[in-house]
Amino acid sequence: MTIEEIQNQIVDEFAMYDDWMDKYAYLIEIGNGLSAMDETHKIEENLIKGCQSRVWFHVDLRDGKLYFEADSDAIITKGIAGLLIRVFSGQTPHDIVNANLDFIDKIGLTQHLSPTRSNGLLSMVKQIKYYALAYEGK
Amino acid sequence: MFDVNRIRKDFPILEEKIYGKPLVYLDNGATTQRPLQVVEKMTEYYLRYNSNVHRGVHYLSNKCTDANEQAREIVREFIHAKSTDEVIFTRGTTESINLVAYTFGEAFIREGDEIIVTEMEHHANIVPWQMLCERKKAVLKVVPFNDKGELDMEELRGLLNERVKLVGVAYVSNVLGTVNPVKEIIDAAHAIGAYVLVDGAQAIQHIRVDVQMLDCDFFVFSGHKIYGPTGVGILYGKRNLLEQMPPWQGGGEMIKEVRFEKTTYNELPFKFEAGTPDFIGVVGLGEALEYVKSIGLQEIAEYEHGLMDYAMKQIREIPGIILYGDAIDKSSVISFGIEGIHPFDVGTLLDKMGVAIRTGQLCAEPVMQHYGVPGMARASIAMYNTREEIDAFCEGLRKIEKIFKL
Repeated sequence: MTIEEIQNQIVDEFAMYDDWMDKYAYLIEIGNGLSAMDETHKIEENLIKGCQSRVWFHVDLRDGKLYFEADSDAIITKGIAGLLIRVFSGQTPHDIVNANLDFIDKIGLTQHLSPTRSNGLLSMVKQIKYYALAYEGK
Repeated sequence: MFDVNRIRKDFPILEEKIYGKPLVYLDNGATTQRPLQVVEKMTEYYLRYNSNVHRGVHYLSNKCTDANEQAREIVREFIHAKSTDEVIFTRGTTESINLVAYTFGEAFIREGDEIIVTEMEHHANIVPWQMLCERKKAVLKVVPFNDKGELDMEELRGLLNERVKLVGVAYVSNVLGTVNPVKEIIDAAHAIGAYVLVDGAQAIQHIRVDVQMLDCDFFVFSGHKIYGPTGVGILYGKRNLLEQMPPWQGGGEMIKEVRFEKTTYNELPFKFEAGTPDFIGVVGLGEALEYVKSIGLQEIAEYEHGLMDYAMKQIREIPGIILYGDAIDKSSVISFGIEGIHPFDVGTLLDKMGVAIRTGQLCAEPVMQHYGVPGMARASIAMYNTREEIDAFCEGLRKIEKIFKL
């Protein structure tokens, strides 16, 4: 599936929940379901530091596609990381660099995008795009 | 007679709905809301009197200058300083401490001297001293606290020696809520000839402060934590010290005469107020203090004390709750965690219920390290909070427990 198709799928899934509580319960479920990150990848250079919670992102390039792993000590952050992994893992660096992330707004998580130190989402997206940029020419 | 419902009417923001739910504002430790009286006063000055202070010959300039200096007198009276010369307007607590660290540091700190802070200080009362120590090759010493959040006074006494030049201590800890025995600390420090700076950021809105009674050498606070505007703060300093300290920033207002050969500096307090001050913010701060005075700090303190007791009792009953800071003398701040749930998750979910709290390291990383946690959640109360709001907050915490147990 393309990045856009996956995003649409996520938007549809979240549309099933009217109540914010259910949405967050779903995010928490995604967080809990995220496959465990290889402990050797939870290192300082993979750490995205914020004031609020710690997030690790690790990337591998296989057959021209990027594969991401992530973990966080906050479960909502981990859930959001899980969504990003679903959208970006298995995509080419080129497609990642050029992707628009409109699903975040559509599922009502825009508040997590404000550029304060407290949020992980913006830094996570940035980090993913940096990785993709770095691999794009390779 | 203290009437919380009447007070709430002065704060329109408390009527706001957040995601369709009534706002429960429990982030007062970060900043308090401003009453209509403050906003209206500032608006009036913006709309009718705005004009630069201390230099005009015209009516408006004189009007603003008078208001600026009147506010200084209101502050003086509020903290009971001897003279308005000892009341300096800054941008806030952080700037006040930096000013002292720089200029007191220039005048009084030599290589090998010692400065003492406590383990529970806000970063604003740590980093400026570290920077000073680096500049002067002085040494920073730290007084630890116990798990209840009380300073180890024995340790403090042990650290006091003739090399110590200054002790920096929070009156009330922004994380633990501990009301520190500042008077005792000041007396002990003075006995060995050291000076004391009291960080009053979390105290000024809750506790009656009398700088002469305390005999502190410096007292600092911010306007926005006592229902005043942001961007205005106070540095109180004893006159004889302020006089010995060199100016910090150079510019207009702080000078007596400017010659390329030699410039001479203005008298106190203007020596430390270079550039155009936020004079309308200053007027707003004066109005905020008048507002607090009209309600009465004693009445406020009693009401908040009752509310704190109620809140602590309620929150203790929540399953899995971990409380940080259980000092005998505790004020207005409840820092906590819920077992197995990250504070960021707690704050995010509470927010969705209209409850505003603070989460994270609370600008006090050493306190986080003390308890070995990545962060905390913090609810902090003000005079306009109610028991119903505490109930809504606790109800929210129970809901979060449920979401996580699904």
